[in-house]
Amino acid sequence: MAETLTVYVNGRAIAVPAGSTAAVAVLLAGNVYRTSVSGEPRAPLCGMGTCFECRMEINGVPQLRSCQVLCEPKMEINLRG
Amino acid sequence: MDKIAQVQCDIAVVGGGPAGIAAAVTVAESGGKVVVIDDNARAGGQIWRGGGAVKGQPREAACWFERLSKSGVQVLSGARVFHAQAGILEAETDRSLLQIRFGKLIVAAGAREIFLPFPGWTTPNVFGAGGLQALAKSGLPVAEKRVVVAGTGPLLLAVAAYLTEHGASVACICEQARLSDLLNFGALMFRFPKKFAEAIRFRVKTRHTSYWTESHVIAAIGKDRLEAVRVSQRGHARDIPCDYLAYGYHLAPNTEVAQMLGCSVREGFVQVDECQQTTEAGIYCAGEPTGIGGVELALLEGQIAGHAAAGDADSAKALFPARARYRKFVRAMKETFSLRPELAALATDDILLCRCEDVTVGNARKHDSWKSAKLHTRCGMGPCQGRVCGTAAAFLFGWNIESQRPPVFPARCSSLAAMSSFAAGRQINGGPQ
Amino acid sequence: MTVSADVLIAGAGIVGAACAWELAKAGFQVAVIDQAFPAAGATGASMGHIVVMDDSEAQFALTRFSQLLWDELRDELPSTVEFDGCGTIWVAVDEEEMAEVQRKCAYFQARGVRVEILDSGALHHAEPNLRAPMAGGLLVEGDSVLYPPTAAAFFLEQAAALGTRVNFGKAVSRFANGNAVLADGTVLCASKLINAAGQHAARLTPGIPVRPRKGHLVITDRYPDMVRHQLVELGYLKSAHSLSGDSVAFNIQPRKTGQLLIGSSRQYNVEHDRVEPPIVSQMLLRAFEYMPALGSLSGIRVWTGFRPATPDKLPLIGPWSEDPTLYVATGHEGLGITTSLATAKLIRAQITGAAAPIPAEPYLPSRQTIAEVHG
Repeated sequence: MAETLTVYVNGRAIAVPAGSTAAVAVLLAGNVYRTSVSGEPRAPLCGMGTCFECRMEINGVPQLRSCQVLCEPKMEINLRG
Repeated sequence: MDKIAQVQCDIAVVGGGPAGIAAAVTVAESGGKVVVIDDNARAGGQIWRGGGAVKGQPREAACWFERLSKSGVQVLSGARVFHAQAGILEAETDRSLLQIRFGKLIVAAGAREIFLPFPGWTTPNVFGAGGLQALAKSGLPVAEKRVVVAGTGPLLLAVAAYLTEHGASVACICEQARLSDLLNFGALMFRFPKKFAEAIRFRVKTRHTSYWTESHVIAAIGKDRLEAVRVSQRGHARDIPCDYLAYGYHLAPNTEVAQMLGCSVREGFVQVDECQQTTEAGIYCAGEPTGIGGVELALLEGQIAGHAAAGDADSAKALFPARARYRKFVRAMKETFSLRPELAALATDDILLCRCEDVTVGNARKHDSWKSAKLHTRCGMGPCQGRVCGTAAAFLFGWNIESQRPPVFPARCSSLAAMSSFAAGRQINGGPQ
Repeated sequence: MTVSADVLIAGAGIVGAACAWELAKAGFQVAVIDQAFPAAGATGASMGHIVVMDDSEAQFALTRFSQLLWDELRDELPSTVEFDGCGTIWVAVDEEEMAEVQRKCAYFQARGVRVEILDSGALHHAEPNLRAPMAGGLLVEGDSVLYPPTAAAFFLEQAAALGTRVNFGKAVSRFANGNAVLADGTVLCASKLINAAGQHAARLTPGIPVRPRKGHLVITDRYPDMVRHQLVELGYLKSAHSLSGDSVAFNIQPRKTGQLLIGSSRQYNVEHDRVEPPIVSQMLLRAFEYMPALGSLSGIRVWTGFRPATPDKLPLIGPWSEDPTLYVATGHEGLGITTSLATAKLIRAQITGAAAPIPAEPYLPSRQTIAEVHG
């Protein structure tokens, strides 16, 4: 069985398989989306760091591309508008 | 505070996918000092995502990863190049700035998917085709998810096979190309037994999934997330409930780094000579940025560039015949998977063109040029720098999407401040403390 | 193809667009030509800061008059113009600069401009992300910011609704004596011509003493509420007014989108529009001295533009003595957005023969300080 680790998405603990990216953690959290500049819910599109739909604050650093950030234990992932 | 790391090498390679790996290994095995700069956590690019550690990589990938690990090549992972000028590359990771001094450069920056706007395309759980595969390889479970795969290109079948292998139920594959064109493409592939066998394997894996031609997604339906897609097949529309849409209209080359260095680009692709050298001396380009041709061509071009950069013209020449064979795929793919005009009609005025700045197709369409549209609507002025909307606008409006000013990716202001030897060595987040 | 108009304007930047609207309102049949598209020149590259300046009486008169015109207009502006009355704070790092703050305060108050001196604590409260402690600053509440391309587009739309015609995208090969010729052979005639071509003015009318002065800007991703006013260092004037050489000065603008626009730089004698990393570096390092937190922000784009600069730092607004049909409306350096509306009013008065709304002499192309240079 692959190991899992715990990260926090908007404060909620989410278990993810080791080796997952932060973008996946947010998708697993369910019902958590980035809000676009006109208020639409958004989720990742390209999965490879070019579309920027997955950008969010990770461990206090804003505007990171979560699809290119590997989850670490207790990572804090926050989505704001 | 950012750390600054300065690295010297004989040859720097931008991009750690198949072309970059092949180029780097080739140079290293002939004795040169090589550094690979790659933005993912591990080398492999898109098609070999996850690197040597991942189970189920194609055998060829495993061989190259093995050679890479033994070659002494330094791979700088998680590093995004944002600026390049003669002899210096600048890249940043999430925590540091890298300044790489190189003698020669090989650009192997790969390609990105082409996304065309259609009603509902911004709905969560509408993913790229390669995009969903990338996310799945990054830990997203797809087992028991109902997925529609759509768009155009050989990637669709590969993605559908991957998803099926991992437990997804792929409802259908909607390929916009015509059956006759696909059969011609199949005939070409037949002359390349390994490629053909791979395609057959993919189709066998997906044998329970309908593969429709002249078919495309008309709309994605769902309020806060995807619930169904409306698909057209030879003029008939039907709704297919699903959890995920994986769609992509083939690939666009990542030419930005080469363009920033002044390399000439023709019809959107980096111009190279027979040794993969660009119009700038000492700068080479290999793989998708020179022409979308698939992994075998990328490996060959990478090796040729590596040999040429290392000064071994004979070894480079020895690979020319093989490259010429696989180059046939560039033209074949371009013709087979060229985008049909109906797809442009899906982009109605009310839907968004630019997802970073939420600019509608209608507002952008009022302008005669990309420059004017950008300035007046701000489409393309967001963090993706037009990689999604500009590429779409090129197809929808025929605009020339040009201009490569640094940074070619967003970069921290402290990194921008270090963008020259002037600032090298100075305290970057500087000023009186 | 021949087109006739009463007034033909070359240049669809903010100044040309403002003149078009003003003259259309005055009842003239106006035509606007431009080699590219609206705001393709300095207007599109500019910061969009509406600022009252005190470096000379003439500069004050023009910027103040124009600022008040912007205020009158603000409710009519569409939301795409992103007009924001956020005000300016001139930032003082030491007691010497605070003395300058005092001087500016007295100057503005004597002329009816509402200002407030901020001490160190008040400045920190107003702008917590500025490095502390600063000595203080001067808050000019009446200053504003906007997005220049859409402002120019709005003026042109308003002019078009009053019958103004436009012809964009063709190089102008001749512009003199009531005639203009475009690259496709179109001929336009008018009894009056206005050269509002900014950095290209001297190419259209040889002898116009306008030199391009290159600038760089950086825009960040969205960081709402990080900066609340346009912030300018008091050393800005030294940079703007050095008559030669390269210089940078701290100048940052909060956009309504939450993005930060970071400037500024000035260079003479550079013809290419390529981004120059050493200048960007100097400019950003200067900015970090004032606001260290900027370093960690994501910079999305860097671009350049060319301000049209004159030898005496004032724009050229008025008749061109060598051509009885020609008026000049250019040379605004870094104040084109601010003074566009005033320029239009002055030009209107000059063309109609009405009384000038403010004394026009300091800006006339025939003025002494220009004649000396022009020879």
